[in-house]
Amino acid sequence: MLPFTEMTGSAASLLRANIDTDVIIRIERLTSVPREQLGRYAFEALRYRADGSENPDFVLNHPIFRSASILIAGANFGCGSSREGAVWALMAAGLRCVIAESFGDIFYNNCFQNGLLPITLSASSVRHLADQTGQGAPMTVDLVRCAIVTAQNETIPFEIDAARRQALIEGLDDISRTLRQKPKVVAWQSEDRTRRPWIWQLPAA
Amino acid sequence: MTKTLLDKLWDLHIVADLGEGWSLLHIDRHLLHDLSGTAGLFALAQRGLAVANPELAFATPDHVVSTVPGRTGTTFEAGAKLWAGLKELSQKTGIRYFELGELGQGIVHVMAPELGITLPGVSLVCGDSHTCTNGGLGALAFGIGSSELTHALATQTLRQRKPKAMRVRFEGRLGNGIAPKDVILHLIGKIGASAGTGYAIEYAGEAIRAMTVEGRMTICNLSIELGSKIGFVAPDETTFKYVQGRRFAPKGDAFERALSHWHTLQAHNEAQYDRDEVIRAEKIAPTITWGTSPEHSIAIDEVVPDPSAITDLAGRKAWQEALEYMALTPGRPLAGTKVDWVFVGSCTNSRLTDLRDAAAIARGRRVVDGVNAWVVPGSEKVKREAEAEGLDAIFKSAGFEWREPGCSMCVAANGERVPPGARCVSTSNRNFVGRQGPGARTHLASPAMAVAAAVTGAITDVRRL
Ligand code: SF4
Repeated sequence: MLPFTEMTGSAASLLRANIDTDVIIRIERLTSVPREQLGRYAFEALRYRADGSENPDFVLNHPIFRSASILIAGANFGCGSSREGAVWALMAAGLRCVIAESFGDIFYNNCFQNGLLPITLSASSVRHLADQTGQGAPMTVDLVRCAIVTAQNETIPFEIDAARRQALIEGLDDISRTLRQKPKVVAWQSEDRTRRPWIWQLPAA
Repeated sequence: MTKTLLDKLWDLHIVADLGEGWSLLHIDRHLLHDLSGTAGLFALAQRGLAVANPELAFATPDHVVSTVPGRTGTTFEAGAKLWAGLKELSQKTGIRYFELGELGQGIVHVMAPELGITLPGVSLVCGDSHTCTNGGLGALAFGIGSSELTHALATQTLRQRKPKAMRVRFEGRLGNGIAPKDVILHLIGKIGASAGTGYAIEYAGEAIRAMTVEGRMTICNLSIELGSKIGFVAPDETTFKYVQGRRFAPKGDAFERALSHWHTLQAHNEAQYDRDEVIRAEKIAPTITWGTSPEHSIAIDEVVPDPSAITDLAGRKAWQEALEYMALTPGRPLAGTKVDWVFVGSCTNSRLTDLRDAAAIARGRRVVDGVNAWVVPGSEKVKREAEAEGLDAIFKSAGFEWREPGCSMCVAANGERVPPGARCVSTSNRNFVGRQGPGARTHLASPAMAVAAAVTGAITDVRRL
């Protein structure tokens, strides 16, 4: 997994609330397009017009924001389907950080499995940051200090779960960490076989 | 101890406390489908890892297989590889797999409860956000992403942070003809599509107690549409009766032991919730969505809302965009709006009780010319039972297409879509932009309301038929 410590880049704002993972990436793309190439399909329904041409009004099509690495989004961003492809598509589109008032729970989890940093801020802070994205002014997101620094040198602190922060900074993978606990799991299971036998007594295939 | 049901369900599965609210949770049941399941098994093989407990996992194709009568796994070509992959990888790893045409095949969240795979008190996951459906039996069930899926397969555990506890009580009785779908759409409209974010929701109250297990599953199914990945109903006699005798449910002594444990799965009388809501059941009318979020729901006798009534600018814009996408005018009734498609199916509303509700309205009526109406049973078992009752004949003679089990037009991942610009009344759970196909306009409603639209050619109050 890609570690995240600090990054600087331009931010694009997309403040509509309830952007769901179906809008972030269509499910059909996930059956046919390799993960690294999903970038051009991110926000497909918003990004392209019916005839397939780019919609010039969509923020990520704007020359200034094409290479944005931060997205400032509306509340409940990433709600809906559990598809992790939504995170892959955003990352393939060059994004490393999404800032919003709130996130869909599963999307939020998925971010941490891939090195995309989701930052939760108050509605007014989100709007304040969005107001400053104007000419593609760069912002710095510092996960070590838990702060966002704007082009005007204003510092906005954010909070994040300590364990998740550490895992992101180190680029640590959950599976390898848990596999080390295997003896504990095995012991728990053998006790559980007595405690809840019906969980384990399944008819043979 | 004044534990909530969430506390009890959570504590039952803690293998290790990871600190700061995080736990390593044991996973008792794992469902795999042809989209995320195939990908997860493949990712696991790529990392050279084994499936920890294949006997606790169950696989079946549902998303990317065609539902056309006479279909095979390759009828929808783009999904053929995923279908074959799920079968092959399941068999290789010793995971039980239910093939097309076999009892057990179907939408994962429909087949698992009806086979007794889902039980009260189990922890159950699937790479699918509507896994919360299984909470209808009192399971701790939630959807996971691909990385978590691989984690669950490799370790039979997940690292999870305990959510906050919300309770929603539906007090009083539902009016005649009011379906569980109306109840949950009403709730989402009232408290909003992100009200449940960070919470596990326990549905309670007289109206829930009076509901069938199938109805409770419909309610729990839309928990994720409230932003909550977990929703459940405390198991009771209705649940125990439902579970008993099912294929993978405990039998004999094991059942008795399980039963005495299941009786403990109740919140303490004085349990405290982080959020507690009460909804009056008798106030709920047939409910339908007008926009592109499940929170855009109104009673059938209300008018399409006016964005200018919203003061918050971003909110107003969202409503305007939704109305534009849906081609609707504010201030007008939704009833009377012409429809092109009707879809009865999905893990929300494709169980036998749903099909009975739908058939009761379809009986002796005809789908209006020009309307395409499909009924897609949720599983092979539902399909066979419906056919044994003659429901398929009712649908067919009313002009509906009677199809094979799968997700179909709920998500359009198998190429079965609503055409651009067409308007569809659907019993599924998501009316997102493009969900049923690019440009498709979706109105979410109950099975009875969907059939009412099919036989009148327009959005209709089913109580007026
Ligand atoms: S029926 Fe629809 S919501 Fe349910 S699992 Fe299938 S695609 Fe998902």
